[in-house]
Amino acid sequence: MNYDAIIVGAGIVGCAIADALARAGLAVCVVERDTIGGAATAASMGHLVVLDDDPAELALSAYSCERWRALAAELPAASDFRATGTLWIARDAEELDEARRKQVRLAQAGIASEIVGGAALAALEPALRAGLAGGLRVPGDAIVYPPAAAAYLARRAAARGARFVTGVAVDALTGDGVALADGRTLRAPAVIVANGCAAPELVRCVPIRKRKGHLLITTRPPAGTAPLANHQLIELGYVKSAHGADGESVAFNVQPRPTGQILLGSTRQFDDTGSEVTPRLIARLLERGIEFLPDLARLSALRAWTGFRPTTPDHRPLIGRWPPRDGVWLACGHEGLGVTTALGTADLLAAQLLGRPLPFDAAPFDPARYAPEAATA
Amino acid sequence: MSATIAIRIDGRDVRVAAGISVAAAIAQAGVVATRRDVAGEPRAACCGMGVCFECRVRVDGEEALGCMARVAPGMEIVTDG
Ligand SMILES: Cc1cc2nc3c(=O)[nH]c(=O)nc-3n(C[C@H](O)[C@H](O)[C@H](O)COP(=O)(O)OP(=O)(O)OC[C@H]3O[C@@H](n4cnc5c(N)ncnc54)[C@H](O)[C@@H]3O)c2cc1C
Ligand code: FES
Repeated sequence: MNYDAIIVGAGIVGCAIADALARAGLAVCVVERDTIGGAATAASMGHLVVLDDDPAELALSAYSCERWRALAAELPAASDFRATGTLWIARDAEELDEARRKQVRLAQAGIASEIVGGAALAALEPALRAGLAGGLRVPGDAIVYPPAAAAYLARRAAARGARFVTGVAVDALTGDGVALADGRTLRAPAVIVANGCAAPELVRCVPIRKRKGHLLITTRPPAGTAPLANHQLIELGYVKSAHGADGESVAFNVQPRPTGQILLGSTRQFDDTGSEVTPRLIARLLERGIEFLPDLARLSALRAWTGFRPTTPDHRPLIGRWPPRDGVWLACGHEGLGVTTALGTADLLAAQLLGRPLPFDAAPFDPARYAPEAATA
Repeated sequence: MSATIAIRIDGRDVRVAAGISVAAAIAQAGVVATRRDVAGEPRAACCGMGVCFECRVRVDGEEALGCMARVAPGMEIVTDG
């Protein structure tokens, strides 16, 4: 079969790209070896958040959050989109200073936020422990249930003619398309590798490492009890943890689910590539959670699971043409922010592919930065 | 005939065999559901081994897995079936 573009992987990134290209009128085929919106997308927290610690990430996440807000009205109820906003929590005066710097950086990207003092924080989030210094409230952030959102984008793409081939892997890139594990070949002038952590299986030199994370969800509290959180709550120390050194880290990151359940994150570790839950890390996750939200101790844990963030050395995703191989494009390496940045990624990649004006600067995400000199990739 | 004990299920006094699980007691008492899901549909014990969490009930005020908890004299079990 001949297409205009083949997308490898139907995580949130592949689905968003399929949607963007199908909308532009291209004949698109998506190949997914497992299920749509499985893998990292299903494991994720689905916090749609603007992160500002790197200017490129700020531009991509700010643009993407805007796109999510525009999409919200269309998303089916199962996507559980809620405009919860984010509350970044400062434990002490030093962290409150960091909140003020964060506010300035966000403002430079046009993102509104508001500094809240200790008393205001307690009023917004009564279940937080007493004695916190305050925080930064970012009202434009939101939450979504990622696998349902991915499925919606896939359905919308399919309604515009995109074809989805599931349950069969792409075995190799052939130069003019892809070879499937069942022996079939598909042809297209553009192949977009959007298979997350598995990208190095198809494009050897792509520097993606799996960074494991643990999450835990509680049962629903008894009817009539106040929710334990109203915003997505994150400690300001989170960014240090997210982009810090290679060791294990645990940061307080709590999401109120629309059902009243509490989704508790998150851990980060590089060295463990097995999917099993580590009880020691779950214990640390809970300790950290209870330190900020003492009443968490009164809820029951329903399930804990793990997932892998596709991580690049400079923590920026790879979006664009892969110079060593004609017709190969990358859209992978979205690390811990790929649900948020899927929509920005799709718009950028579609604009590049179609030669249209770019929605924001593509240079920081150019995969060429990791392309080997010789065309051996 | 093994010894029986008195417990309460959803406000009703019942006698059940000593030592059985809370889920078994609920079934014996003729209560079909342990809980309701987010859509309000009734759910009941499924795996019987503490994995599926479908058997959640309140035992003396605390959330418990019906299949893992054992009955005790005077126990108060509340389902939302
Ligand atoms: C614990 C955790 C919490 C997170 N929380 C957040 C959050 O709150 N907010 C946020 O924005 N992001 C979050 N993330 C990050 C986010 O989940 C990822 O960045 C995002 O899901 C990546 O999407 P993807 O489509 O690139 O990859 P995936 O979802 O992994 O999809 C890749 C797909 O490619 C398929 N595939 C692989 N190889 C092949 C092949 N050879 N042929 C065919 N198909 C193939 C896979 O089966 C898979 O379906 C979190 C991640 C983790 C692990
Ligand atoms: S029946 Fe499955 S956990 Fe009790």
